[in-house]
Amino acid sequence: MLALEFLAGTAENLYPARMQMALSLGWHIVFACFGIAFPAIVVFTEWRGHRRDDAVLTALAHKWAKAMGVLFAAGAVSGTLLSFEMGILWPGLMGRFGEVFGFPFVLEGFAFFVEAIFVGVYLFGWNRLSPRAHMLSALPMVAAGIVGAFCVVSANAWMNNPTGFRLDEQGNVVDARPWAAMFGPSTWAQFVHMWLAAFMVTGFLIASVYAVGMLRGRRDHYHRAGLLIPLTVAAIITPVQIGVGDWIANVVADNQPAKLAAMEAQYETTAGAGLSIGGVYRDNELHYAVEIPYALSLLIHHDPDGVVLGLEEFPAGERPPVNVVHLAYNTMVGIGTALLGLAAWFGLVWWRRRRLPHTAWFLRAVAVSGVAAVVAMEAGWITTEVGRQPWIVYGILRTADAVSPAPGLGWGLVAVVGVYTVLTTFTVVVLRRLARDRATLAPQEGQR
Amino acid sequence: MTLAEVVLGAAFTGLVAYALFGGADFGGGVWDLLAGGTERGRAVRDRIERSIGPVWEANHVWLIFVFVVLWTGFSRAFAAAVTTLYIPLTLAALGMIARGAAFAYRKSVGTPGMQRFFGAAFALSSLLTPFFLGAVVGGVASGRVPPGIAEGDVVRSWVNPTSLLGGTLAVLVCAYLAAVFLCGDARRDGEHDLAEAFRLRALLTAAVTGAVGLAGIAVLRADAPVLFDGLTGRGLPVVLLSVAAGLAALGLLLVRRYTVARIASALAVTAILAGWAVGQYPYVLLPELTVDEAATGRTTLVALLTALSAGMLVLLPALVYLYVLFQRPADHRDRPGACH
Ligand code: HDD
Ligand code: HEM
Ligand code: HEM
Repeated sequence: MLALEFLAGTAENLYPARMQMALSLGWHIVFACFGIAFPAIVVFTEWRGHRRDDAVLTALAHKWAKAMGVLFAAGAVSGTLLSFEMGILWPGLMGRFGEVFGFPFVLEGFAFFVEAIFVGVYLFGWNRLSPRAHMLSALPMVAAGIVGAFCVVSANAWMNNPTGFRLDEQGNVVDARPWAAMFGPSTWAQFVHMWLAAFMVTGFLIASVYAVGMLRGRRDHYHRAGLLIPLTVAAIITPVQIGVGDWIANVVADNQPAKLAAMEAQYETTAGAGLSIGGVYRDNELHYAVEIPYALSLLIHHDPDGVVLGLEEFPAGERPPVNVVHLAYNTMVGIGTALLGLAAWFGLVWWRRRRLPHTAWFLRAVAVSGVAAVVAMEAGWITTEVGRQPWIVYGILRTADAVSPAPGLGWGLVAVVGVYTVLTTFTVVVLRRLARDRATLAPQEGQR
Repeated sequence: MTLAEVVLGAAFTGLVAYALFGGADFGGGVWDLLAGGTERGRAVRDRIERSIGPVWEANHVWLIFVFVVLWTGFSRAFAAAVTTLYIPLTLAALGMIARGAAFAYRKSVGTPGMQRFFGAAFALSSLLTPFFLGAVVGGVASGRVPPGIAEGDVVRSWVNPTSLLGGTLAVLVCAYLAAVFLCGDARRDGEHDLAEAFRLRALLTAAVTGAVGLAGIAVLRADAPVLFDGLTGRGLPVVLLSVAAGLAALGLLLVRRYTVARIASALAVTAILAGWAVGQYPYVLLPELTVDEAATGRTTLVALLTALSAGMLVLLPALVYLYVLFQRPADHRDRPGACH
């Protein structure tokens, strides 16, 4: 029955369209992380192998380069779907504001073009270029990853804090300034946070693969290097990420107070607000939560008596769904803190003894850290995106007014769920095979 | 030329590039589909795989490029077109996912059953995706997309004679381009049997494409009169150029001049698309929304043009480098860890 209902028309399109968008983005972003961070890690490993004449490191780099090829292919096809969906699902957004915030996607297009070209060059050129030229060919990928991520994230930051245009009395966009729109108040914090998240996700995930191998008794140089390099990258970045988390939370407090109130599940505007962890929000109140007194005011205003706005300040129709946002936010921060603990453990032992902690518990922790980092990143995005509701463009355009009224749109969700279920299964199968068997080729390597 | 026309021209150039590079890429999949059983088709399939392996991702970014330029520079017309035509577009997008993933993964899976499954997915989606894209072009070209959001008929906008023609031509053109490109690739690598086989395919598809094109004139006359008038009036020189280039390509194939045949074929395909553009000028959405009316504000267009020019300076050398490198055989320098 539900299916028939949502095939009926405009209002019914909203829910499936949101879910379709969320699924497609949530899928794509995992692969995008690899597109941003993996080239740097791979070429670093290749360079070390070359410098030290260490065949094991070179073999590791080649294996990773192949995995990068597969992940890149998955990222590229899922990204293509996204660029269709932006228009198909949200014509009210693209048709009205495309001229304001569509622009970074054009720059992003070039960045991805460059990245796609050099992924081809890098993989295909493994045996065709001199080591030097080969390593240099990775640098455009690294640069394109940065530029591409900046551009897409700036588009999202614009949705959170729209700038760079004026509206006339009828609500038409006048005086669109696309460059200005790219540099709104959220852009830098969101970009840096996302960029670091990409390195954490990539670093912890790769390290976790080798941690599993070591737990199964394979403790050779190959596995140790495969664990050490990405784990070091991720461990260095984690504390920085938490600092940036504080920055981005302040940006949200200044610009999107309703989102912050939902993140903290705070109904009343309070001076000296406490930080609530967990709990269920019902009837304008948070139940069963653990509260740390004054902590929220301290974090947001760096003053224990600072005033934090609550949801009561906003009309009921402009409040985001509190439980999802609060839970997602807690999840991200909780995992971030746990990963900080892991990084500190690793860092301390390495600093004192120049070796990995001996206990199997350390390897077990690394083994789950990859999935944990992915969950933290997805939770962060859910915080951002659901916390913006009911707005697609904060304060200006409601999501409900942006969705396409085309009949039958809901079937898209069904199709996308089906395709992604199959695709996820095969991606895992292929990556596992790639991990076991050295002769397996990546898609961009031209020959058998 | 107005600023808006220049920007639309850039998007159109991207579309031509997509038709040529992406088209040849899809066409490779079509020939893969028609290559026959696992054993018999192996040589052809290997050839195709080697030819598109390193470039298939880059080939498809052109479409993204067209999209983003349109949604930034012609936001409302873009929103109108993609919402009315969302069904074939969604199907094309899913086809691209299936195709890309299947192509990327089939080399990496072990069992023959899985390989055959991926192979079939790759080949089938190579056929369907260009068909849907051609149907989308047919819907726009026959004036079935009104300028409002989802105002057109979401079914009849792409299930109609012009769309059927567009889809069929798209598939044929892809197959033709792929065959011509593969002739050259096969000969370069000394696979003369394969080169001959693709030459035959190219000649055959050229004949079929020409016949469908001729029949298409009658279809357009009945179903898309505005476009028909444009094509037979202002667009006539371009149409004739396309015919001439197509005939030249045929001749060059007959005498096995594959490199020049590639150029002539590319010219013929470009001219077909240009014919469509000239035919419907000055309208973006027939029968009333013109290029200048559809364009967004001046600041945005200037920013777009700046970005496009700067971007091309980065992009073109990189693309040339990729295609040149890719024509070079492997020298198997012995690197530790190399797997060959
Ligand atoms: C590995 C991933 C990861 C980790 C460990 C953290 N974050 Fe995060 N966070 C993200 C990954 C992420 C993200 C997925 O990348 C988001 C989504 C949107 C964005 O720009 O970054 C995000 C968003 C996001 C937002 C919402 C921004 C907005 O709506 O504009 C806030 C307030 C924080 N984060 C705060 C934190 C704090 C205080 C952390 C400290 C522990 C933290 N994050 C750890
Ligand atoms: C930076 C690029 C991104 C852009 C431009 C973007 C854009 C959008 C758009 C247009 C919508 C639909 C309208 C709305 O619900 O407000 C949306 C919703 C959503 N997006 Fe994003 N998004 C981005 C990144 C992500 C990522 C990486 C995720 C990861 C999970 C994500 C998760 C979601 C969710 C969960 C929703 C549904 C929210 C709801 O309706 O409750 N987004 N996004
Ligand atoms: C936070 C959000 C996002 C980030 C950080 C991101 C990053 C990336 C990166 C680094 C790639 C390169 C391919 C890869 O490595 O797999 C990629 C691919 C792609 N992305 Fe995203 N992306 C995001 C969201 C989006 C959105 C919202 C869209 C579309 C509207 C999009 C469209 C694309 C497209 C079309 C590609 C394929 C380009 C190619 O063929 O290489 N992405 N993305």
